[in-house]
Amino acid sequence: MNREPEYEAVIGLEVHAQLLTASKIFCGCSTRFGEAPNSQTCPVCLGLPGVLPVLNKKAVEFAIRTALAVRGLIAAHSIFARKNYFYPDLPKDYQISQYELPLSTGGFVEINNDGMARRVRIRRVHLEEDAGKLLHAGTMDRAEYSLVDFNRCGVPLIEMVTEPDLRTPEAAAEFLKEFRAILQYLEVSQGNMEEGNLRCDANVSVRPTGTAELGVKTEVKNMNSFKNVQRALEYEIERQIRLLKSGQPIVQETHLWDATQGVTLPMRGKEEAHDYRYFPEPDLVPVEISPAWVEEIAASLPELPAERRQRFVQAYGLPEYDAAVLTASKALADFFEECTHRHRDVKLVSNWIMSELLGYLNREGKEITESPVTPAQLAALLKLIQEGVISGKIAKVVFEAMYQTGKSPEAIIREKGLIQITDPEELGRIVDQVLAENPGPVSDFRGGKEKARTALVGAVMRATKGKANPQLVNDLLREKLAGGKVHPEE
Amino acid sequence: MELTGLTIHELQGLLRRREVTAKQVLMAFLKRIAQVEGKIQAYMAVTGLEALRMASRLDRRRHAGEDAGPLAGIPLAIKDVICTQDVPTTCSSRILDGFIPPYDATVMRRLNQAGMVLLGKTNMDEFAMGSSTENSGYKVTRNPWDLDRVPGGSSGGSAAAVAADLCTAALGSDTGGSIRQPAAFCGIVGVKPTYGRVSRYGLVAFASSLDQIGPMTKDVRDAAILLGVIAGHDTCDSTSVNVPVPDYVAQLGREVTGLRIGIPKEYFIEGMDPEVETAIRAAINVLESLGAKAESISLPHTEYAVATYYLVATAEASSNLARYDAVKYGFRAREAKDLLSMYMKSRQNGFGAEVKRRIMLGTYALSAGYYDAYYLKALKVRTLIRKDFEDTFKRCEVILTPTAPTPAFRLGEKTADPLTMYLSDIFTISANLAGIPGVCLPCGFTRAGLPIGLQLLGKPFDEATLLQVAFAYEQATEWHRRKPPL
Repeated sequence: MNREPEYEAVIGLEVHAQLLTASKIFCGCSTRFGEAPNSQTCPVCLGLPGVLPVLNKKAVEFAIRTALAVRGLIAAHSIFARKNYFYPDLPKDYQISQYELPLSTGGFVEINNDGMARRVRIRRVHLEEDAGKLLHAGTMDRAEYSLVDFNRCGVPLIEMVTEPDLRTPEAAAEFLKEFRAILQYLEVSQGNMEEGNLRCDANVSVRPTGTAELGVKTEVKNMNSFKNVQRALEYEIERQIRLLKSGQPIVQETHLWDATQGVTLPMRGKEEAHDYRYFPEPDLVPVEISPAWVEEIAASLPELPAERRQRFVQAYGLPEYDAAVLTASKALADFFEECTHRHRDVKLVSNWIMSELLGYLNREGKEITESPVTPAQLAALLKLIQEGVISGKIAKVVFEAMYQTGKSPEAIIREKGLIQITDPEELGRIVDQVLAENPGPVSDFRGGKEKARTALVGAVMRATKGKANPQLVNDLLREKLAGGKVHPEE
Repeated sequence: MELTGLTIHELQGLLRRREVTAKQVLMAFLKRIAQVEGKIQAYMAVTGLEALRMASRLDRRRHAGEDAGPLAGIPLAIKDVICTQDVPTTCSSRILDGFIPPYDATVMRRLNQAGMVLLGKTNMDEFAMGSSTENSGYKVTRNPWDLDRVPGGSSGGSAAAVAADLCTAALGSDTGGSIRQPAAFCGIVGVKPTYGRVSRYGLVAFASSLDQIGPMTKDVRDAAILLGVIAGHDTCDSTSVNVPVPDYVAQLGREVTGLRIGIPKEYFIEGMDPEVETAIRAAINVLESLGAKAESISLPHTEYAVATYYLVATAEASSNLARYDAVKYGFRAREAKDLLSMYMKSRQNGFGAEVKRRIMLGTYALSAGYYDAYYLKALKVRTLIRKDFEDTFKRCEVILTPTAPTPAFRLGEKTADPLTMYLSDIFTISANLAGIPGVCLPCGFTRAGLPIGLQLLGKPFDEATLLQVAFAYEQATEWHRRKPPL
């Protein structure tokens, strides 16, 4: 970061996540993604005249799960409110949300930033409905016409708002990743920013380091990946510092992140000047949540990312770093543990997942759930190494083939004839031949150049296409060079 | 007597004994509509053809010995604010021009199940905003008792249709008196049920926390029959309450001896028509002669009801009516060039003046900086008004008041001054704010021959007692038998 150290940023996030309920929040329509436009709609989610919302209990349960996971206080009594604004993707021209008396207040999420554990306080978690989607014929400004798809309209969302506890763009991204992991562990949301089922807005201000008073903030929207959140915040913080340094005022306004230009641009005043005229939603009764229900949900909460990370360190003796990488997503942690159930060398499993599997996946931008190699296959491969059937080096070749074909390691080894040469007689013959063909290094070695032996090992490995058991090669070389019996056929 | 002049229970008898067929009943109404509707203009649309199919179907079922339901063959008119599947529903607003609901309101499902024949949709003040039906975007309905006068509103079409024998009974909706006041003006019975008693699903919302659907009928027994069909919990309406629905008809005959009737002094105000006051006092005497005990009570926050109502109702309306944005259905201004001008021009031309006035009032009341002073304050006063009634109902079972301070006024008399118009709901508004039930029934006529209405207010979910008192009064009087001179 090339940020001037005399300023510090103050960042708060507002995160929206689509909940994985089967039906929408206020009607029975399916939440399935990718169906034909407007096929997942009914009079209620289309906001036709006369319809009324009925709250989906599952959505409340998922929101409570999330709130409990961030240690929020669940309100025994909360209410819905209408957020009024006109937009074609909002069929009622108001969004049913929560304003006063949200579902949950307080709580925190712990993140690891710059090697330090930091607590990010949560202000509130509430429930609301998603809007539809506009499809413009042309660009938004110059579209000849626009179409509306209401399939997404009424999909349940949770909104989570943090206190302004974040100080750097990295910490903000770190927090988001941790929150996403929590959502995924809870199985309440897919948490995919690129697909739009996890969305993030940020409130940003800067102030001279060490001062307590908050600067004028701007709101940054339209950041649709972790990377963009970080880039947008970096840009916005620098922009604000630049303004402060040149003595210009910071205007409290909303900025949109433009990922292609790499800048944040202020929204036009007219679009921004909203008075949402919140008022209690008269079509819904207050949400009354009994302590018994909260307890029931609390008791059913799964192991959360932080707990799992700790367990990986304690139970498996993994380094903190490995544990953090492996628990970043529930699917990855599950993958790891499935491997360890089949293979006892936990550190070997961890190394192979982190350096090989994740390496291939990251190169292709794939998730662990898309891995062509199954935990059973990876464990089988590690077993073959341990049994000495193949060397570690050959195993990497085998792994690449496994990744590309999805075949088992045994099949690949068979097909490619990659079984390690562990027979001393067979290998002895090859070593003899190598020694005969390399008189130079042999005499160098005998002349006291210990290094020359490495060249001979390399030559044996080349001659066997890497299939020779390295330990056996070393033993044989030592024996044969010491014995002086170089040319057996002589 | 003409079939069109009969009540639900009278027709039920004829139909059940197969003295008439549903088709004959319907034909009588279609004939009467052809003769009289031109003068009254009660209907937005008469659904004659579909009604004919329905009536024939019911006759076949009855002929086959099936039980076709308690309302089998009874022709009803439905206020055009209630969604009817495949039948245009306009709320008498131009902005809903061409809107045909793909679904039935819950009350429609219940009525259809009971075998009713939908005769048509009735005219109303646009989006139920008004007290004279003059705010309809389509036509002016006339009072059957005097064609130069208003039928009241906003359910003026339903009230006029019942009074003029253009249907056997009707449904209206009541947000601040929109069933009871036109019932009074047209000399019929109207019931505003307890908030939550009848499902609002499919009732196009004006003010969600105040709206209720209710029956408008020729007598109290009909009201009891119809309420029994439409009342009850509905999972589609979160604000409908799961309280058992009693057999209203069975409870009609109970004595009123010893029943305590509260007479609120705040409801006998200066400027009230003396003929109305005389009729109400006479009605109290009738009930006392039947053994009820009248006592003076006070509802101290009554004077704030109108102000409170016009904040709460307009605030909710400003949000409820936002969806008429020309994007999805109804009227869209052709000259619009972009999104904003489409919104503005469509709403400018699609809504009438009163609707726009209330949207602006409500928007203002909810705006940042005004919310606390107006909307929030109104909610607090609303609580006080509700408490007035709670306290009073510890001392009496029923409250008796005039329904409106005057009989039906002349067409155009109050259109120039919205505030004067608002005051014609002064006696009915409190019941909506408090969520309690109210019944209006005829209790006399002015010398000029205009009906006068009596209002009975009751405890939440105690419509049965209201109907019982109303029935006792009706049995002792003859007002409900009078027919307008058409």
